[in-house]
Amino acid sequence: MSAFSAIDEDREIDPEEYTPGIEPQATWCPGCGDFSVLKALKQAMPEVGRTPEEVLTVTGIGCSSKLNSYFESYGFHSIHGRSLPIARAAKLANPDLEVIAAGGDGDGYGIGGNHFIHTARENHDMTYIVFNNEIFGLTKGQTSPTSPKGHKSKTQPHGSAKDPIRPLSLGLTAGASYVARTAATNPNQAAEILAEAIEHDGFAHVDFLTQCPTWNKDAKSYVPYTDVQESDEFDFDVTDRKEAAEMMYEVESKLYEGEVLTGRFYVDEDRPSYTEEKQATGEMPEEPLAEKYFDEDSEWKRSYDLLEHHT
Amino acid sequence: MTAHELIWRIAGGSGDGIDSTSQNFAKALMRAGLNVFTHRHYPSRIRGGHTYVEVRAKDEEVTSRGDGYNFLLSLGDSFARNPSEDAYYGNEELKPLAENLDELREGGIIVYDTGLFDEEDVAELNLEERAEENDWHVYPVNLREIAREHGRDVMRNTAGVGVTAALLDMDVSFFEELIRQNMSGDIQEDNLNVLEDAFERAEEFEHTHDLTVPTGENEQELGLMNGSNAIAYGALDAGCRFIAGYPMTPWTEVFTIMSQHMSEFGGIAEQVEDEIAAAALALGASHTGVKAMSGSSGGGFALMSEPLGLAEMTETPIVLIEAMRAGPSTGMPTKPEQGDLEHVLYTSQGDSNRVVFAPAGIKEAYEQTRLAFELAYDYQLPAIVVYDQKIEGELRSIPIDFFDREPDPDVGQVLSEEEITEAAHHESGTFKRFDAEAEGGVSPRTVPGQKGGRHLTSGNETNAYGHIDEDPDNRVAQMARRMGKLDSIREDLDEKESSNQAYRGPEDAQYGIITWGSQQGTVFEAVDRLNENGQAVKALGVSDLMPYPEAEVTAFLESVEEAVVVEMNASGQFKGLTQKELGRFGDKLSSLLKYNGNPFEPAEIVDGFEAIVGDDDAVPGDSTTFVPAAGD
Ligand SMILES: Cc1ncc(C[n+]2csc(CCOP(=O)(O)OP(=O)(O)O)c2C)c(N)n1
Ligand code: SF4
Ligand SMILES: [Mg+2]
Repeated sequence: MSAFSAIDEDREIDPEEYTPGIEPQATWCPGCGDFSVLKALKQAMPEVGRTPEEVLTVTGIGCSSKLNSYFESYGFHSIHGRSLPIARAAKLANPDLEVIAAGGDGDGYGIGGNHFIHTARENHDMTYIVFNNEIFGLTKGQTSPTSPKGHKSKTQPHGSAKDPIRPLSLGLTAGASYVARTAATNPNQAAEILAEAIEHDGFAHVDFLTQCPTWNKDAKSYVPYTDVQESDEFDFDVTDRKEAAEMMYEVESKLYEGEVLTGRFYVDEDRPSYTEEKQATGEMPEEPLAEKYFDEDSEWKRSYDLLEHHT
Repeated sequence: MTAHELIWRIAGGSGDGIDSTSQNFAKALMRAGLNVFTHRHYPSRIRGGHTYVEVRAKDEEVTSRGDGYNFLLSLGDSFARNPSEDAYYGNEELKPLAENLDELREGGIIVYDTGLFDEEDVAELNLEERAEENDWHVYPVNLREIAREHGRDVMRNTAGVGVTAALLDMDVSFFEELIRQNMSGDIQEDNLNVLEDAFERAEEFEHTHDLTVPTGENEQELGLMNGSNAIAYGALDAGCRFIAGYPMTPWTEVFTIMSQHMSEFGGIAEQVEDEIAAAALALGASHTGVKAMSGSSGGGFALMSEPLGLAEMTETPIVLIEAMRAGPSTGMPTKPEQGDLEHVLYTSQGDSNRVVFAPAGIKEAYEQTRLAFELAYDYQLPAIVVYDQKIEGELRSIPIDFFDREPDPDVGQVLSEEEITEAAHHESGTFKRFDAEAEGGVSPRTVPGQKGGRHLTSGNETNAYGHIDEDPDNRVAQMARRMGKLDSIREDLDEKESSNQAYRGPEDAQYGIITWGSQQGTVFEAVDRLNENGQAVKALGVSDLMPYPEAEVTAFLESVEEAVVVEMNASGQFKGLTQKELGRFGDKLSSLLKYNGNPFEPAEIVDGFEAIVGDDDAVPGDSTTFVPAAGD
C-alpha cells in the first residue's frame, strides 16, 4: 500500500481547494500579470484531476516565485534560480507526484539558465512556467534577459546594448518536448496550455507573458495577441522540429516589434521522459524511491555485502 | 627506528600503474598477516611529473605513513620519452629515481630499472657515493627486459614486485594468487612468468642488506580500504539512496563509488550540471522523503553555499561531503590541506546551523558519516563530513567485522498519514510544519503526496505553516528553535558512550597536542615517540567541529600547562575556532602548521614539539611553521 494516499485519489475537485486559507489574497500590484497565471493554474488543475496534496510546486525568488504562497499545494519557495534542480530531484524521488516549477524570466533564463538548459535536456516529466515580464520585478525594475534591446532601466541608463534571449528557441534546442507561450491577457488559452503542459509526459516549458505595470511601464500589456493555432496566417507543424524552430524565431522577433504571438510551438509526444530513460538503463528503481522509506518490508542492502573486493 | 617494519616506496610516471601495483602489494602483505597503510603522493599534471606510493607494513596497527622509508622500487617515468621536453622539464624519466633519494633511510634498499634509465644519467646522481654514505644497497635490474621476454613493457611493475619479494624473503605465492584473481588469459600467464623469472633472478643476486619483510599473523579477517570507501559505505548503510554530484578531485572518489553501487542498492545517482544543482537536488530528494547527499571539494563546495543555507532555513536534512585540497582557488588539486575548516563552518548567509564532523581515519569516516545522516534526519538540518586527500587516498587494513552492521533507513520525525490526522493544522487544513514550540526544537514534517500534510516551505523566514512572516516575535521564536537544535545535538553527543574525540598519552602529562581530522594518526605516533624520548605529553584529536565539544576540549586544556595545535593550514583555523568557542586559553595555545602540500610526518611533530617546549626560537623544520601563543 502506498504511503502517499493523496496520489491518484479519484474525486471531484473544487477549484477553491487551491486557494490557501493562510494567504487567500495575493499581494501582487494591481494589474500585475502574475494574477493571471495563478488563475489559469487554479483552472487547469481540476481539469487534469490533481488534488493539492499530490502536487509539488517549486519556485525560485521574485514576485512571480510567490506563486505557491497563493496556491495551496505542497510548496517549496526556494532561492533565486534554483527551482528546477529541486523540482527535478523531487520528481526522481517520487515520480508519482505532479511537479510544477515556476519563477520569473530573471530566475529562469538568467541566474538559473544553466539549470533550465539541463533540465530541458534531460526531459524530466514536469512543467516549468516562466513568468516573463521582461524585467526584474521584485528588485524594482532592472533589465532582465528578456528585456528588449535599448530598454532603459536604472542599471542600464543608456539602454540595454544586449539582444534579448530567445526563450522558446532555447527551450527547444535544449531538449524540452513541449514548448508554448501564452499571455496573461488570454486567460482561456492560458488555462488550456497549462493543462496540456501538465499532462504532457516530458519537460513542458511555458513562457507566460505577464505584464509588470509597476516597473515596465512602457511594456505592452500583451494585447492584441494572436493565437497561432487559431490564425489562418500561420501554418506549421508543431511536431516538426525544424518548422517549430523557424516559427519560434519569428515569434520571438515579432514580440519586440509589438506583435504578440502565442500558442503551442513544439510538441513531441514520442520522446521518453528522463525517468523512463533512466529506468531503461537500470539505474532507477521501478517503484518510487520515496515509498521505500515508508514500507516496513523494504529490503536494505548493506555495505558488508561489498567487502569481498577488499579482502 | 621503530619496531621492525617495511616502508616500500614504488615510484614512476603518472601513467605507469603505480596505484594498482601498490594496492596489490599492500593486499599481499595484508593477506600474509600484516597490518598495512598506504600513502599516495601524486602530482596534478596528468602527464610528466612523477608519482609514488608508499606501503607501510608491520605486525601491529599502523596509523600513519611513518618517517621516510626503507625500500625504493624506482620504475622510472616511461611516459617521459620526448627528448624535446627535456629543456622544459628536465629529465623526467630519471626523476622517479633522483627525487626520491632524500627520504630513504639508512640501510635502505634501492631497486631501479636499468631498462629505462641511461647509465650516464644515473652516474650523474652520484649514487655510489651516496649509497656508501648512507649504507644503501643498490640493485640495478633490467626490469623492462624481463617484462619483454615474457610479455609486454607494462609488466615492469610485476618484475619489480618479483625482485622486491626475493630481496625481502617474501612468500611470492601471495602475489601469484592476486595475479590469478585479478587477471585472466595470456595476461595472467605472462605476468606469472614475469614474476617468477624476476624472483628467481633476484634470488641469485648477492644480498648485501639486512632488511627483510616483517612477519605476523592477523587474528581477524582484514579488508583493505580507503576513506572514500568508508564514507560511501557509511552513507549507504545510513540508508542514503540518492546522490547528486559533479566531479572534483578529491571528492570524485566518493561520488564514483556511490554511483557505481547505487543501482544495485535500489537508489538513484545523478551527475548534474554544477554543484549548485547538485546540492539543490539533494535538497529536493530529501524534501520528498528520501535520504540524500551531495558533496564536493573546496571550489564546488563554495557553489553549494546558497543551497546549504536553504537547507538550514527550510530544515531540510541533507548530508554534504567536503574533500579539502590545498587552496585558495584551484590551489593544488591533488594535495591535502586542512584549509577549508572555516569555509565549511561558516559559508552561506546568516548564522550557521549545521553539524560538521572531521573524521580522523577510515573507521571514523564510516562511523561519522552514519552519524551525520542520523543527526541530519533526526534534527532536520544539514550535516557535513569534511576530510582531505590524505584520508581519501590512503589505504588501511581494517577488520571486516567492523562493517557487519545493520542499515539505518530511519528518516527521523516524518509523520505517517495516520499520525498526520492527529497533528496540528491550520483551520483551512494546512499542516503546521514549523511549530515554534516544538519539543526539542524539532517540528515533525510531512512529505509531498501524503494526505493532510500540505504546507509551504520557504527560504524566507516563515510562520508555523511555512508562509513568509517577518513579525519580530515570530522571527525570534523560530530562530531560537532552529539554533537550539545544536545545543540538543551537543547534549546527545556528550551523552553517547563513545566520543568522536580521541586521546593518546599519559593522562597526567604536562604538555598537550591538539589536532583535528586526518592528522590524528600522525600526531598519536609522534606522541608515543615523545613519551619514549622522556617527554610528558598527551594528545587530543578532535572530530566534532560543530557543535564544538566544549567540555572535552576545556578539560584537556585545563589539565596541561601548554598545548600545541597541529594542523595543515597557514592561518591556524582550528586554533582560532577553539579560542572562539572557549573564549580563553589564548596564552596556552601555540600552533605548528604545515601547508606545503604534504601531510605531517611524525618526526616533524616530534621535532616541532621539542623545539617549542624547549623555547627554541628556531623554526622546527623547513616545511613547518611555528606560531607562538598569544603574549608569548
Ligand atoms: C542569488 C541572488 N541574487 C540576487 C537576488 C535578488 N533578486 C531577487 S528576485 C530578483 C530578480 C527577479 O526577477 P525575475 O526573476 O524576473 O522575477 P520577477 O520579480 O520579475 O517576477 C533578484 C535579482 C537574490 N534573491 N538572490
Ligand atoms: S512589481 Fe511588477 S511583477 Fe512585481 S508584483 Fe508588481 S506588477 Fe507584478
Ligand atoms: Mg521578471
